[in-house]
Amino acid sequence: MADPMKIRASLQGDVADVRVLMAHPMETGQRKDASGNVVPQHFIQTITAQLNGKPVFGADISQAISRNPVFAFKVKGAKAGDKLSITWIDNKGDKRTDEVVVGGG
Amino acid sequence: MDRSRRIVLKGAGATGALAAALAAGLLRPGVAAAAWNKAAFDAKTTADAMKALGYAGAVESKDIQIRAPEIAENGAVVPIDITSNIPGTTSISVFIEKNPFPYTGTFDVSQGALPFVHLRAKIGESSPVRVVVTAGGKHFTAAKEVKVTIGGCGG
Repeated sequence: MADPMKIRASLQGDVADVRVLMAHPMETGQRKDASGNVVPQHFIQTITAQLNGKPVFGADISQAISRNPVFAFKVKGAKAGDKLSITWIDNKGDKRTDEVVVGGG
Repeated sequence: MDRSRRIVLKGAGATGALAAALAAGLLRPGVAAAAWNKAAFDAKTTADAMKALGYAGAVESKDIQIRAPEIAENGAVVPIDITSNIPGTTSISVFIEKNPFPYTGTFDVSQGALPFVHLRAKIGESSPVRVVVTAGGKHFTAAKEVKVTIGGCGG
């Protein structure tokens, strides 16, 4: 399984300000390695975020997202102690889920 | 450093992640309900990608704010902030027009997220970054030119 995501969910009023860093190569399929072979595509395709198990944000993305993707988004109606989880799935079917507590340190 | 505390934390993290993975697996068909749109992602022009997504005929709007550097020093990591001030915004899509495959992604904010997203994209050469916002079933668009001095694609 891939390395854990780094997620930060800080609370501003009732809005959770979420920033996430995913560890992923995001290979475009256009790059060649040192010996001239094309490096096959390997990139995250879908991302979902849930607040206390309820979907709040989602994304379908392409290989044009930078390596080790960073995203930020804002979730309404959050309070301290809520659980925010993020899941990604890549084009090889690998997936990873990580969870943080909103407003937690 | 207290070693036993570290181990406990690590254990708790692992089980937490597993439980969340199970929950996510079961609950997934919610956000981003539409399947990953291969036709749009494979399109070689922004127009074709927008057509595949049903965005043809999007109306220019000044209520979409795109914050991106005028000149990106490193095309491999270009930070882009998008805010939609259009009421009822449900999704934000991004196209980097000069990339080999312009369609970069769609962000679904219809289920409790504010109409804002920050992302970092690869931009191969200087290109307009086009954004399409869907609100109330209608499509709105805006674009911002980003100049790239070192490309983000290829080695």
